[in-house]
Amino acid sequence: MRRYLTRKIITYVLAFFVGVTIDWGIPRLMPGDPIQGLVSRFNVGSSAAYSGLYASFAKAFGLDVPVWQQYLNFWHGVLTGNMGGSIYAPGATVTSLVFSAMPYTLALLVPAILLSYSLGNRLGAAAARRKYLDNTVLPLGYVLQAIPYVWLALVVAYLFGPVWHLFPTAYGYDQGLVPHFDWTFISSLLDHWFLPFLTVFMVSLGGWAIGMRNLVIYELENDSSRYMRALGASERVVRGYAYRNASLPQLSGLALQLAVVIGGNVVTEIVFNYPGLGNLIFHAISNQDFFLLQGIFIWIVIGVLIANFIIDLVFLWVDPRTRLSMQGASA
Amino acid sequence: MSVNVENLSVAYRARKGDVTAVDNVSFSLADGEIMGLAGESGSGKSTLGNALVYLDPRMKTTGGKVTVDGRDLPIADNNAMRHRRMTDVSLVPQYAMSALTPTRKIGRLINDLLKSHQVKDREEVYTELKRRLALIGLKEDVLSKYSFELSGGMRQRVTIIMSSLLNPSLLIADEVTSALDVSSQRAVGEMLIEFRDRGYIKSAIAITHDLSILAQIADSIAIMYAGRLAERAPTSVIVDNPLHPYTQALLNSLPEVGVRADQAMLTGIPGRPPSLVNPPAGCRFRDRCPFAFAKCTETPPFEEIKPGHMVACWKVSQENGETAGAGQGLPVKEQV
Amino acid sequence: MSESISEAPAAEVAATGLPAGPGVVSSRRKRNDFLYYGLRNKKLIFGLSVELILVLVAIIGPIIAKYGPLQITPAQLQHPNGTYWLGTDDLGEDLFSQLTNGLRESYLVGALGAGCAALVGMALGFLAGWRGGWLDEVLQFITNIIVMIPSLVLLIVIGSYLSSKNILFEGVFIGLTTWPWVARAVRAQTFSLRTREYVDLARLSGKRPFSIVVKEIAPNMASYLFLVVILLFGSSMLIAASYDFLGLGPTNVASLGWTMSRAQGFGALGYHLWWWFIPPGAVLTLMVAALLIANVGLDEVFNPKLRES
Repeated sequence: MRRYLTRKIITYVLAFFVGVTIDWGIPRLMPGDPIQGLVSRFNVGSSAAYSGLYASFAKAFGLDVPVWQQYLNFWHGVLTGNMGGSIYAPGATVTSLVFSAMPYTLALLVPAILLSYSLGNRLGAAAARRKYLDNTVLPLGYVLQAIPYVWLALVVAYLFGPVWHLFPTAYGYDQGLVPHFDWTFISSLLDHWFLPFLTVFMVSLGGWAIGMRNLVIYELENDSSRYMRALGASERVVRGYAYRNASLPQLSGLALQLAVVIGGNVVTEIVFNYPGLGNLIFHAISNQDFFLLQGIFIWIVIGVLIANFIIDLVFLWVDPRTRLSMQGASA
Repeated sequence: MSVNVENLSVAYRARKGDVTAVDNVSFSLADGEIMGLAGESGSGKSTLGNALVYLDPRMKTTGGKVTVDGRDLPIADNNAMRHRRMTDVSLVPQYAMSALTPTRKIGRLINDLLKSHQVKDREEVYTELKRRLALIGLKEDVLSKYSFELSGGMRQRVTIIMSSLLNPSLLIADEVTSALDVSSQRAVGEMLIEFRDRGYIKSAIAITHDLSILAQIADSIAIMYAGRLAERAPTSVIVDNPLHPYTQALLNSLPEVGVRADQAMLTGIPGRPPSLVNPPAGCRFRDRCPFAFAKCTETPPFEEIKPGHMVACWKVSQENGETAGAGQGLPVKEQV
Repeated sequence: MSESISEAPAAEVAATGLPAGPGVVSSRRKRNDFLYYGLRNKKLIFGLSVELILVLVAIIGPIIAKYGPLQITPAQLQHPNGTYWLGTDDLGEDLFSQLTNGLRESYLVGALGAGCAALVGMALGFLAGWRGGWLDEVLQFITNIIVMIPSLVLLIVIGSYLSSKNILFEGVFIGLTTWPWVARAVRAQTFSLRTREYVDLARLSGKRPFSIVVKEIAPNMASYLFLVVILLFGSSMLIAASYDFLGLGPTNVASLGWTMSRAQGFGALGYHLWWWFIPPGAVLTLMVAALLIANVGLDEVFNPKLRES
């Protein structure tokens, strides 16, 4: 167990390191000059003003010091939580913007992932043992898996909004309301939350169902299931064991799928103009707010690492092999 | 007779047609008898043994009948068989290394099995279980371990204990020594005999390709070739006086202890067993048999040449003055 | 007792996964087997046919289209009709033409992404599996890290700094974020195949490592690899759609994601112009779903145990 945990923690520390470095390095490695792009937006007339503006931006970006120092300054910013000010929302710090957007994103992601995972697993396991269910679940699952998040978001927004008039399709809450802990506000929050949640939920569902179905089928055919049947165990018991065994690789799969779901979440928020991190990314891109983009990226990386770690702990709890460190589970 | 198998045939569907893996096999076991079932890969011995306990859903019986302790054993009916498994017939599988589920402790697994069989007095069974574990040198704490915490030899012994826990009338031991080293082989072999002697199991069929093990533990040996029984006799008879050419060749190809390569070469049996999709007519060994003659294009009956000694070979029948068709005479039953 | 039985199960027996029967299987028999089952596998046939049709549309469509996808005409916001099969957008651009062009773009980026991921993944995965040791450990760490970082977010960060947006970048970058999947599969296969008897045999007989790789390992890995790459093809298309939707993809061509973002930007949802934003995503779903289903069929062809009797 100790070996397993140390391995994991080292991976996470390294990943964080890589994430921060990428975040810092990308603007500098990209062809073209981002500052030039920024300055050119201001349509400055004289060349003196241009170079002055350029210099001040360079200073703001911290580009007036040697490269290694820039890197260290960046790390300093990350570790103290000061990622600079935003260009898109002048006056607000990147960190404050990120933190005001994060609850919305978490409100979408966490229920969507948990629900689609548990429901998908049950569906998949059920499909594995009943042929008629399998014939519907399987194609449905593949179709759901194949749906682009962005398209489902549009379809859902279209059907539930302009067509059926059931739910609102933009913003996190009714724009006429002031945030407040009262029922009107909360119900408005839920109202606006439902459609983006539904979108993320549905696309992920297909993948889990199919994955679990395949795993359960495999487990039902393997040696330990055969032995139990040979010893007269009821099919119910055999299925229970198969489900247990299949849950382990499925859990590993969850960690891997996080990256995909987050990507899907981002575009979904953008379609619904839902005030989460995804939407914030969009504003950052549109306004060429590099500080904001950098800050969001770091926080997403942190979030993913934490989520992975939580899953690792759960895995440790569920898998006796890892717990007793007989075979180090593949990192 | 404790176990009686009459004209059993088992087949499965393949791309080119039905493959009969077990073709019209008949034999009986007395109470307390350990029969060795030997043959090369593909002879059908594993299929036969496993079919008596759990018929793989992809297979079907195309004839024959099995009785255990006088009662009919409905091997083709999965639901009916469920209650007979582990109680009347039981299996120690070929894949014992991976037979125990990795996510449950052994004790819990046994508990679930007992619950499945609605065993009333579980306490009593557990006492007996612990006694048997001690008997074969396993500690009680094995029950609170997971399968991956046990060595290969331990797993093999645990499966034997589990499979025989409810004192089945017939235990099928499928290649239980094949994955072990020689001393473990001996230990497992002795375990089977011990269990039989103490009455934990009534009769047993030990499936293997290793004749030397059978010589040690089996009371009688049946030799299978290409889905059919070639010869069956008490162990000493098979070892000292085999009649079927195939049995003779098998015994000849066993390396002799103490004989070195420069003294005598290892001999094999040239050729290959026939494909079972379209088996040749008559005796299936005839293409590789040094004694084959014209009559061998007819299927030789599995008949009793001497008391307790059955052989399916025209040459042997002729030499012993038997006529075709004697010794069996049982009509093939409808498929169950 | 010397046995003259080969190890490879006869094809008939392999079909049911039962204990080995007699007979040797030549590689030609195996290929014929694949062909036989392949032509009868419903999923594979369905998936391949759909893909074939779509590819044809992608190739022929832009050629026979009367109007270019970005050709501005005065016929704005037309409903689907005889001239404009899918209507037009707010600039009078033919939406059907945009669809067929988008198909082509999607296939292109899918191929680029899958191809790039395959190349990098195969090289690195094989190296790790073959050499093992610290090289393998390092590679495992790297793949674990890359897999954790959400590829779309990373792509967004990279893409937003790019001044020029072309499809080559897009495809290659997608490949560079998805290669770990290929590498893992290749590494696992290499590991397991490396210790198989025939590799040891080849080693003993003095064959050079490279020829061992080509003659013994690669053919066995090929089928599994093929399956993984097909999956990546589909996922590359999906990632690219989101990427294009965000405006980070090339804007001088019409891609499916771009069409949908234009529709949303104009407010097509509110105006019930469903033929603008529904077809692109629907077609994309069809493409990827057909790929996935064909993939499952292919898996059944390669793995006898999955075949239904």
